[in-house]
Amino acid sequence: MQCAIRFDCFRLMMVIGLMIPAYPQLLTRAYADQIVPGNTSLSNETQDAGQSQPEKIPGIVKEAEQKRIQMIRDVSPAVVAIFSSSGDGGGSGVLISPDGFALSNFHVTSGAGNFMKCGLNDGKLYDAVIVGIDPTGDVALIQLQGRQDFPFARMGNSDLLKPGDAVFAMGNPFLLATDFTPTITAGIVSGLHRYQYPAGTFLEYADCIQTDASINPGNSGGPLFNLQGELIGINGRGSFEKRGRVNSGAGYAISINQIRYFLGHLKSGRIVDHATLGATVRSGSSREVLVDQVLEGSSAWNAGLREGDEIVTFAGRPMGSVNQFKNVLGIFPKGWSLPMVYRRDGQKQEILVELAALHTDTELMEFASGGAARPAEKPGQPKPGQPKPGEKPTPQESPPEGHSEKPAEKLSPELKKLFQSKAGFTNYHFNQREQKRLLGHLASVSGWRGATGLWKFAGDDAKGTNLSLILSPDGAGMQWGETPFLQPAAGANWIDEPPSSGGFLAAMLHWKWLLTEGPEAFSDVYYLGTQPLDGQLGDALNTPLYDALVLSKTGATMTVFFREDGVIAGFDFKASRDQPTCNVRFSSWGTLGGHPFPQVLKVSSSGRSFGEFTLKNFEQKSSTSSEATR
Amino acid sequence: MKHHALHLRKMLQTSGWISKSNILRPGLAWLMSICFLLCGSQLLPAADDEMITEVQPKLVKIFGAGGLRNLYSYNTGFLISSEGHIATIWNHVLDQNTVTVILHDGRRYEGKVLGAEPGLDLAIIKIDETQLEHFEIGDPSSGSTFPLAAPGTRIVAFSNMFKVATGDEPVSVIQGVIAARTKLPTRRGAYESSFPGEVYVIDAITNNPGAGGGIVTTVDGRLLGMIGKEVKNADLNTWVNYAIPISHLQQAMTEIMTGNFRSSKETEDKEKTAGQVPLFHSTDFGIVMLPNVVPRTPAYVDRILPGSAAEVAGLKPNDLILFVGDELIQSCGEFLDQIGRLESGGKVKLIVRRENALITTELPIPRKSRPPAKPLR
Repeated sequence: MQCAIRFDCFRLMMVIGLMIPAYPQLLTRAYADQIVPGNTSLSNETQDAGQSQPEKIPGIVKEAEQKRIQMIRDVSPAVVAIFSSSGDGGGSGVLISPDGFALSNFHVTSGAGNFMKCGLNDGKLYDAVIVGIDPTGDVALIQLQGRQDFPFARMGNSDLLKPGDAVFAMGNPFLLATDFTPTITAGIVSGLHRYQYPAGTFLEYADCIQTDASINPGNSGGPLFNLQGELIGINGRGSFEKRGRVNSGAGYAISINQIRYFLGHLKSGRIVDHATLGATVRSGSSREVLVDQVLEGSSAWNAGLREGDEIVTFAGRPMGSVNQFKNVLGIFPKGWSLPMVYRRDGQKQEILVELAALHTDTELMEFASGGAARPAEKPGQPKPGQPKPGEKPTPQESPPEGHSEKPAEKLSPELKKLFQSKAGFTNYHFNQREQKRLLGHLASVSGWRGATGLWKFAGDDAKGTNLSLILSPDGAGMQWGETPFLQPAAGANWIDEPPSSGGFLAAMLHWKWLLTEGPEAFSDVYYLGTQPLDGQLGDALNTPLYDALVLSKTGATMTVFFREDGVIAGFDFKASRDQPTCNVRFSSWGTLGGHPFPQVLKVSSSGRSFGEFTLKNFEQKSSTSSEATR
Repeated sequence: MKHHALHLRKMLQTSGWISKSNILRPGLAWLMSICFLLCGSQLLPAADDEMITEVQPKLVKIFGAGGLRNLYSYNTGFLISSEGHIATIWNHVLDQNTVTVILHDGRRYEGKVLGAEPGLDLAIIKIDETQLEHFEIGDPSSGSTFPLAAPGTRIVAFSNMFKVATGDEPVSVIQGVIAARTKLPTRRGAYESSFPGEVYVIDAITNNPGAGGGIVTTVDGRLLGMIGKEVKNADLNTWVNYAIPISHLQQAMTEIMTGNFRSSKETEDKEKTAGQVPLFHSTDFGIVMLPNVVPRTPAYVDRILPGSAAEVAGLKPNDLILFVGDELIQSCGEFLDQIGRLESGGKVKLIVRRENALITTELPIPRKSRPPAKPLR
């Protein structure tokens, strides 16, 4: 049985009772291995335990031990003991930045409320506020308050782990530490790329790390470190089955590489969702992964994937089992585009699929608030949608303890300011903060403000064919070679014009609105998080990620992508939910009409390139007043 | 480790838990198992991933009978010949005689139980394949032996515990130390273990559901033992983590593989049951019980035969039998035992639990004369 292992107090007494006989044993266990001559020695003689002889500990062993002690000393300050503000439970966490961002499990923070108390090994208790949650992946981001110089853990690369590697779990099992110094347990990597089934559709551990380091109630949300002291996972779950809720030799940690993909999203203060392909898969007779059904209109369908196709690679990983497929699907946020290679009739095809949402907004919100979507299960009962016998264990996730409404806490005014509730968000305050940051980058194009008249561009495409583009208050027009295209603005009836562009003309009208009228021209603006562009997926550490700002207006959405240095890299436009996306990428910026403007536009839709346009000349006719520069 | 054991002994002697003449007695093994449940594994340098990569192809996942209530339906096994002989634990998973065997690379086979030695908890399964990577067992009579490892030896355990690995996924690897080499107490009712010889008691949680038939090796990958079946102390609710030394299994393995094997248990079992032939069976009352696959199968009614006394008395499938007369029934075996002891004629009272209600029924006992007991040899 797999269980989430948030700690709650009533189980403590039972466990302490069990611990007492264990203590004398603990005392004598240290260095047992070093006392045996050659630690793999085999002998035909029964070893008599009656005599002991002092033996030298080799220098290399002492050195390794010193290194380990130093490593533990170095990382311990970053380990967080999390308590709910009402003090009736808690878990663990780990700081990942000097400004106090810390990772934990969703099933820890969901029981702790929006504000919690966090203890560090300096013995101090800090206030912390919830930032973002990923209920499907069981991850939460919180921010500790009161310092700008928090100690923090360096993130490692969990893809480099191998079975047998030494790992260390740290945290606050059984909430033992009253001085907040972490408990350290050591073990090895027992397995990698494990898939642990979700409870319903939430709390899924995909591509996770299995370890025999002791992970117990209260360890949830705490870090798993490698021998170098790098953060490689967040401990959250174990196989317990009938042995009670104490470590039984198999604990699971969410890989840090998965969390890297989600981190930008978590910082958005949203309730983050995982993804579905819009297609189901099954294993074929020789263990290949075959497409079962494809949802018509899904990104996979639009890209050409059909029933019976064999998936060869997904996000760059070779596919040899359905679990491997789920492992890939489970580590990326919704909305990302991933490369996929499939084989049909012996021919390989490479496509880009955009991941659709796994849950509806309502499902997410209900689950996040401990509502109806929470799974309530009886131990021993298989859940609906369980795999066939012989494939996977039936997990029994003990439903995370929902937090009952606590009496109003006494919060300082400064703390209160750090939380703002809004539908679909964990903490809207953090979204506003990120919005402000990105809107600041728009200042570089603020010269276009108020220039709402008619814009006329002239240029050519990659083959030298002439192009003219007009953006006016009445609509957009384009002449490309001999062919004219038209998109009226009246009625906001956006069409796929030019055909197969995903609505390039409508997209450019929205771009103009953003430049001339700013975000105020849109009815809704929010920060989405970070994502790669156009399936440019390196490994977890080398995938270039872009900040994404989502702006919507009369049903159409525009997602603007910012490079790390604030330069706008392009945008996606989607006229409505069931229409294909128009991807516009700015491969270089120049100056047109005295203001910065993207000079080379690469346009694509559904993974197919539509055209690459270079804009050379610009004319402006003001319909009302002359252009206002601010 | 000598040091370790000595300390432990002194400590336990002073606390009066074991007598001074004993070195590492079964009680100690049990104590250790309690401790190890909680404290996990040692601070040790990690196992070598190259060794792990070399050992993994010799392990298989076995799927068979079970799946009822808390009964798991999977085991681990390890290849002991290139022609597909697999050693595993003898337990309920093999009840159907054929099982599904999955190799490390995901290849799937039907495995047949070739032979078993229940006294050693050992079974050998055969799949039709050749050129498989395997552990060399060798013939003990030709001088090939497996040395015993001393307490303190560091080990690595490989098993399909909790069925974490499926398909081509490698089985779980955990590390530990041999804490003791000792016999397990086999008193019926306290610890259900059948292996009579010395076992390796391990300080890591090696014995989990599905781990039976897995292996324990040295850190450089030499085979030491087979992870035993789950053994629990019913009073303390704790499990022992142990492995059976290969040296104890070697002969039976070789004999089963070569077809020269006669189980010692078969003759023993016959001797045991002779002389106490039960007079009645539950079907005499029209009650068909769930298959009695493990020592503690709960006494659930599977079916009621139409027109039987049980049907007249109102018993239903899924009733859990709690009492026969005044005897508390804790398992299917106990129920059958009690029924077998009934005397001909008269009535018997049964108390069953149906959902949350206790229901008392009375059944007439048919008239039957006891066959003459067979003399014991």
